Amino acid sequence: MGLKEKLHNIKEKGKGKKWLSAYSAFHTFVYTPNETTHSGGHIKGADDLKRVMTNVIIPLIPILIFGMFNVGFQHNAAINGFPEGMSFFSGDFWNLDNLYIGAVKLIPLILVSYVVGLGIEVFFATINKHEVEEGYFVTGMLVPLIIPIDTPLWMLAVAIVFGVVIGKEVFGGTGMNILNPALTIRAFLFFAYPTWMSGDKVWVAGANALKGTPDAISGETILGGLAQGKDLVYSTWDMFYGFIPGSVGETSTLLILLGALYLLFTKIASWRIMLSAIIGAIVMGLIFNGVVTAGWITEGSKFYDLMTTPYWEHLIIGGFAFGVVFMATDPVTGSQTNKGKWIYGFLIGFISIMIRVFNPAYPEGVMLAILLMNVFAPTIDHYVILGNIKRRLKRLKVQKIIIKNYG
Amino acid sequence: MSKDIQIKKGLDIKLKGEAEKVTENAVSSNVYTLKPVDFHSIIPKLSVKVGAKIKAGEPVFYNKANEEMKFPSPVSGEVVDIIRGEKRKLLAIKIQADSEQHFFDFGTKDPKSMKAEEIKSHLLASGCWPFIKQRPYDVIANTEKDPKAIFISAYASAPLAADYDYVLVGKEKELQAAVTALSKLTAGKVHVSIGKNSNSPFAGLNDISLHKVSGPHPSGNVGTQIAKIDPINKGEVVWTVTPQDLVIIGELLLTGKFNAERIIALAGSSVEMPKYYKTKIGAAINSIVGGKLKKGDNRIISGNVLTGIAQDIKGVLGYYNNMVTVIPEGNDYEFFGWIKPIFNKISTSRALTFSWLFPNKKFDLNTNTNGEHRAFVVTGIYEEVFPLDIYPIQLLKSCMYKDLDEMEQLGMYEVAPEDFALTEFVCVSKQPHQEIIRKGLDLMLKEIG
Repeated sequence: MGLKEKLHNIKEKGKGKKWLSAYSAFHTFVYTPNETTHSGGHIKGADDLKRVMTNVIIPLIPILIFGMFNVGFQHNAAINGFPEGMSFFSGDFWNLDNLYIGAVKLIPLILVSYVVGLGIEVFFATINKHEVEEGYFVTGMLVPLIIPIDTPLWMLAVAIVFGVVIGKEVFGGTGMNILNPALTIRAFLFFAYPTWMSGDKVWVAGANALKGTPDAISGETILGGLAQGKDLVYSTWDMFYGFIPGSVGETSTLLILLGALYLLFTKIASWRIMLSAIIGAIVMGLIFNGVVTAGWITEGSKFYDLMTTPYWEHLIIGGFAFGVVFMATDPVTGSQTNKGKWIYGFLIGFISIMIRVFNPAYPEGVMLAILLMNVFAPTIDHYVILGNIKRRLKRLKVQKIIIKNYG
Repeated sequence: MSKDIQIKKGLDIKLKGEAEKVTENAVSSNVYTLKPVDFHSIIPKLSVKVGAKIKAGEPVFYNKANEEMKFPSPVSGEVVDIIRGEKRKLLAIKIQADSEQHFFDFGTKDPKSMKAEEIKSHLLASGCWPFIKQRPYDVIANTEKDPKAIFISAYASAPLAADYDYVLVGKEKELQAAVTALSKLTAGKVHVSIGKNSNSPFAGLNDISLHKVSGPHPSGNVGTQIAKIDPINKGEVVWTVTPQDLVIIGELLLTGKFNAERIIALAGSSVEMPKYYKTKIGAAINSIVGGKLKKGDNRIISGNVLTGIAQDIKGVLGYYNNMVTVIPEGNDYEFFGWIKPIFNKISTSRALTFSWLFPNKKFDLNTNTNGEHRAFVVTGIYEEVFPLDIYPIQLLKSCMYKDLDEMEQLGMYEVAPEDFALTEFVCVSKQPHQEIIRKGLDLMLKEIG
């Protein structure tokens, strides 16, 4: 008897049992089910939710691997100084030492993320007797990529419990939530443990542990530096390639760009949201640049450094690119109408850069911008749909007038 | 006057097993069956008993709510069986056909000289009324309400659909009589849509407003055409009739006979030699497919693969259907089917699926759902295949939470379940869109009427 039959027989035996939902999560992972159509259409398209979710993870993998190298690289660069003349193929970056430091830091975060998150999902699926759904596949991968590398594992576990239960399950699970679960987890960490989540020591592995010792290293992000009016040592290409401190996933704009192309090519993410978010950010960036050019803000101002940052540079520093490509495009929490997606994306871009400049305590704005717009997405959709309803009512009115006058 | 309708949104699902344009006589079926479930929302009352002898065209049952609305026997013969289900619900009436057919004589008519009321009562008395369906609600037309227009789609864009140009050849006279009669039942026009490059017998007819359609499926759906030509507003009613039923109406007027004969396509990848067959409404499926199928577990569908009804070999050709499709069942597991690259199925995404590389390839799809039922998650995919000015996902959700006001505002009056066949096909959450819409329409019919 083959594996296929064995697994099938276990499913048959388990019908009506509580553990079946946990079992079928495993079964459907190995084999797509033998379900056939009953009502309506007799044939179905090839994609299912698992395939869609998997295809969001695929472009995250290069980013994750790059992130591991970068964690080690930043740690070493902070101790030994930033090497001159970095290129994308630099041996200073792609070496086993860097990978080892990164892997030791990152793999536990990923494991905790999946074990805790999927554990909660399976628990809820069992008590609600529904299938384990795929939403956490992506969330679980995103979370380690957007938090500081030194985040203690227990802290991450607590945040995931909060994010999955309060951010998702109370609304009814995958497809029903209002806020992006990964960002909810990150926001929980940010507000519950602010000292761990911001400041200039958290973005480089080991920087916090060495604080106050003779070996203390500096580790602030570009945005943190700009907010404090410091001069930067990084070239534009360093920032584009991603040889900068930051959370694991956000640094390499190059790889995020490739990921975006993959998502757009496979038609999984909305090009409307991505494009309009970039337009929104550019518009806000240009406004700030214009304010400086017009002389309304002078060098003494605390906003001066971030406002003079060229508008295009905002796109490659900080978490903007990562947030727009992988978080703003979440179909559940974003706007669902095509027109709404334009407005939603634009405002995310616009507000991200606004928060970045005006909030020196926390110069990364994309997380808050997306969460804010998550809340407003249903309202945006509501007004877009109202347009459709009005069009129908107007048609009816015109009809009535014709009947009155000519009928 | 002809106006062009061009559809951009949609999806042509190209399947293997298109019917060759050759017509044969199907093995004549001994027993013909009428199934009241084919007539949605009608409560049937029998007018015959087992053992009764009837002629073709004589009523077998009528509509309890409107006794004038009769449902005729497709053949002459003897009522041999009446099958009932729970609560004595009428499921099927079986009629054993005579070897020589006798038709009830309704008398020849000249539609040009008839008045609207005469036509109406003639169609009701002869049992041709059920061929006329109405929107809103996609049910048999209410005899009390006058339609603002009548729509006929003579262009079939559904997968493997029977080609109307082919099956209607030589039926110009019947079609003309039928559209002339129908044109008197509406203050508006009789809109007929044909394919842009087609050779349709409708092209030369009078009393119609002709439209040429092009674009992917669902351009041939009458719902799409209504939306483009003259959309339905609250309080309005339109009627729809299919061309093969017009032929029966036309023949009734010209000869006085109710002739339930129709040419149907037998198509699908599980059919050995797909072609056209001449048969009658209510014929046993076995008389059409018997001995013509490939071995294996097959799904026999009366209708097309997107909207048809599954039948077993003992089943019946549906009252409104002009094709039978047979495709393989997909009741097997697929190893890592959710991640491995897919070449043999159709997808609108490119998520390791490659049907976009082969736009002209014909696929051999089976009935596997390719995944499990989930809540709606992915957005934007439905709009790509849905050409109406309606928000599909929002309308579906309003049906699910039964908000009648919202359903009305979002355009429920304009749709029938078949309009959601493609959104159902592409749905990654495998939601039953057509069923949701049908239930929503039934709720509205009950609550608003």
